Amino acid sequence: MTNRWLHPGAWWLWALGLGAAATRTANPLLLGLIVAVAALVVSSRRPQAQWAGAFAVFVRIAVLVVVIRVGFTVLFGLRVGTTDLFTLPSATLPDWMAGVTLGGAVTAEMLAIAVIQGSQLATLLICVGAANSLASPVRLLKALPPGLYHVGVAGVVALSLAPRIMVNVRRVMQARRMRGRPTRGLRAAAESSVPVLESSLDDAINLAAAMDTRGYGRATRTSPGERALQAGLVLAGLMGIALGLFAVLGASGWGWLLLALGLAMAITGILVAGRRIVRTRYRPDPWGWPETLTAATGISAAIAVIAVSSSTITIPLTWPALPPVAVAAILAAALPAALTPPPPVPWRTA
Amino acid sequence: MIRFADVTFTHAQSGRPVVSNVDLTIPEGDLALVIGRTGSGKSTLLNMVNGLVPHFTGGTLRGEVRVNGMDTRTNAPRDLAGIVGTVGQNPRAGFTTDTVEEELAYTMESLGFAPDTMRRRVEETLDLLGLAPLRHRPLDTLSGGEQQRVAIGAALTAGPAVLVLDEPTSALDPAGAEEVLAAIARLVHDLAITVLMAEHRLERVVEFADHVIRIEDGHCELLDPAAAMVGHGLQPPVVRLGQAMGWEPVPLSVRSARRQAVQLRTATFEAPARRTGHDGVATVANTTVTYGHTGALRAVDVQLRSGQITALMGRNGAGKSTLINVLAGTRAPDRGRVRVHEDDPTTLRGQALLRRIAYVPQDPSDLFYTDSVRGECDATDRDTGQEPGSALARLRQLVDTVDPDNHPRDLSAGQQLALALAIQLASAPDIVLLDEPTRGLDYPGKVAFGSWLNRLAEAGCSILVATHDVELVAVIGDRVIVLADGEVVTDADVRTALTSSPAFAPQVQKVLAPLPVLTVEEACSL
Repeated sequence: MTNRWLHPGAWWLWALGLGAAATRTANPLLLGLIVAVAALVVSSRRPQAQWAGAFAVFVRIAVLVVVIRVGFTVLFGLRVGTTDLFTLPSATLPDWMAGVTLGGAVTAEMLAIAVIQGSQLATLLICVGAANSLASPVRLLKALPPGLYHVGVAGVVALSLAPRIMVNVRRVMQARRMRGRPTRGLRAAAESSVPVLESSLDDAINLAAAMDTRGYGRATRTSPGERALQAGLVLAGLMGIALGLFAVLGASGWGWLLLALGLAMAITGILVAGRRIVRTRYRPDPWGWPETLTAATGISAAIAVIAVSSSTITIPLTWPALPPVAVAAILAAALPAALTPPPPVPWRTA
Repeated sequence: MIRFADVTFTHAQSGRPVVSNVDLTIPEGDLALVIGRTGSGKSTLLNMVNGLVPHFTGGTLRGEVRVNGMDTRTNAPRDLAGIVGTVGQNPRAGFTTDTVEEELAYTMESLGFAPDTMRRRVEETLDLLGLAPLRHRPLDTLSGGEQQRVAIGAALTAGPAVLVLDEPTSALDPAGAEEVLAAIARLVHDLAITVLMAEHRLERVVEFADHVIRIEDGHCELLDPAAAMVGHGLQPPVVRLGQAMGWEPVPLSVRSARRQAVQLRTATFEAPARRTGHDGVATVANTTVTYGHTGALRAVDVQLRSGQITALMGRNGAGKSTLINVLAGTRAPDRGRVRVHEDDPTTLRGQALLRRIAYVPQDPSDLFYTDSVRGECDATDRDTGQEPGSALARLRQLVDTVDPDNHPRDLSAGQQLALALAIQLASAPDIVLLDEPTRGLDYPGKVAFGSWLNRLAEAGCSILVATHDVELVAVIGDRVIVLADGEVVTDADVRTALTSSPAFAPQVQKVLAPLPVLTVEEACSL
């Protein structure tokens, strides 16, 4: 297979499918399998680019999430189950602080629930991290429909400025040390924030000027009324989608209706906006069978897991079963590791 | 093609116009070079052509600027994007995409070109600027010269009639600069594009120019290049040599100067010795630094001596900044030993650091954190326990025109450099490290800077200057270290180093070779 970029939308559908599966199962074996599949695909299809390091960052955040969740359970958790592991000295806070009990007995059930619930969120984070390091954020923003063009550009600017701000911070801190001033502590942060912000602002202004001279925003002459209509539609639609997703993940019935309504409004808004924009795209990423395969494996993993597995944790604890349908669907999501074209290797590091 | 009719521009919060009553016409297909002192309004003049002035910057523009018949008052920069291509000083600051190919297509995408036209134009531009081997490369892996060529290509793809370039070679090493200038010259010759370009380093560009626009005290004149070079301080060495020798006409290029110098080259030349320095103050021994997979320094051995100015040269990315960082202690070497006197610079902090090392970063304003020149000077006096006013007095010795109540960021490039030196030299350090200090300095600014460094070296300081500017090195340097790919390839006295390779030869040397003459002053002694 010749090297090419896979459509960023395909990676995102794949990752969100796996992520959705993770939020709907309390089976630690399936969660572990999802993480393994994500890691395998990332390790075999990650391009050589700065943003491809996102996976490691997300994994670290995910671990932190589990640790915090367990920590909170140990400190504040209500006693669940009967298998006592150890007992912490306990203290009950006074009534005006809601009378919460700190410490106390910690049971295996409590820990198991904390780890599983923490892992659900952690797995979702890892899936998002996988998408972030497989699909170039800039390419994703470029693939947005023209109606979301302005959002996309704002995203591009933010994405390209974030690393520059980091570079500015490092440079200014270096200069501070060379001026013989402390580089740690509040005072150092306050004093160095001025040159950092000033140079970052300069960067932003330079970028804005460059984009202006390169025709950005030229083809979007719309009347204020029209713009308000599109903005209203898109905004209301996005809120509908967000609320709908929240409800669907919480498994209540009206969520689907809200989701559909929100999607319809957002799409109408985007189409209305898109009609006005005369903007073309240079070599858009094609959507071929590897894209279809990638997206399909992610989505079918979500469907299979939601159909077979349950997100409730049963007490007393039992060793989780391995539903073959879900296992097969999740394993299938590892296929893109071998069946998609590898990303271009654009340059060799000396 | 470009017409200014009685144009006056004033910034929003300033009473004095930046430029006033400008009347100019630049014909189609010509290259016009804009010259003037630092802060004289060169960028303002350029940005009037692409519409950033006044649409983006604000301020009041009186008169009329027309580009290809379009009035910039009624057309915003984005409307002029198809006619005017703009390339800034720092190409990276304006990149909006990831890779070379996408960057080239960006303007066309914004302007709604048909996909097949875009494909064709991108291919043509890749060939025109020799970028085809780089087409899939991420922009942040390119060298400075390559980035600048991509920026020029990105400005060209939409087929503009005018190209505006603001100091396109100021950040580039000599080879990268030549690569970019050759590309610009080809555009003017082959595509009949009108080019308006600002540049401080006239030695590189004046021979390509059809016209020179000189800005002085807000007045602009369109002059013939030869006439424009007479009667002010902004002259490249070859012009100063011609004037000193009384050659007629005054040569603008090395080639024409060589023809007039036939007689001069037969003279005998007693090369005056430069400073050889005293004892070693800083040692970099067998030092290796790697970033990821790339070696930034490989087994480098360098010793700095007191009372000597050492120039550190080499391509962009050859390891100059890394060597400076290692000496400053901001980067620990992966292998090897770095000492300033007996101290490991990475362990130095606070006052101990300031007594050993003074460091001036590429952008001196990184050092400033208060809101006035006086504030910076007072902070230094407090930090170093010196009498109030000593830092300000040191600054006054360097430049006497700085208003202590000014914001450090509002100073000119030369004044910022002076302030940075006044602050960093408070504790009489042993070594002074300067990273690309002369970016944005005009010729008089560089002369002043050279005399500051000379004074320091005479006082026994060891000075290391990383720079691309061979003309500066020819005047102030005692010794030259050339890095290539992280290794020291030359470590010699300045005369040997600059006469042995054409890439590093200053103009006077190119004119008078094989005589080892480096500067106009030395040539006058012939």
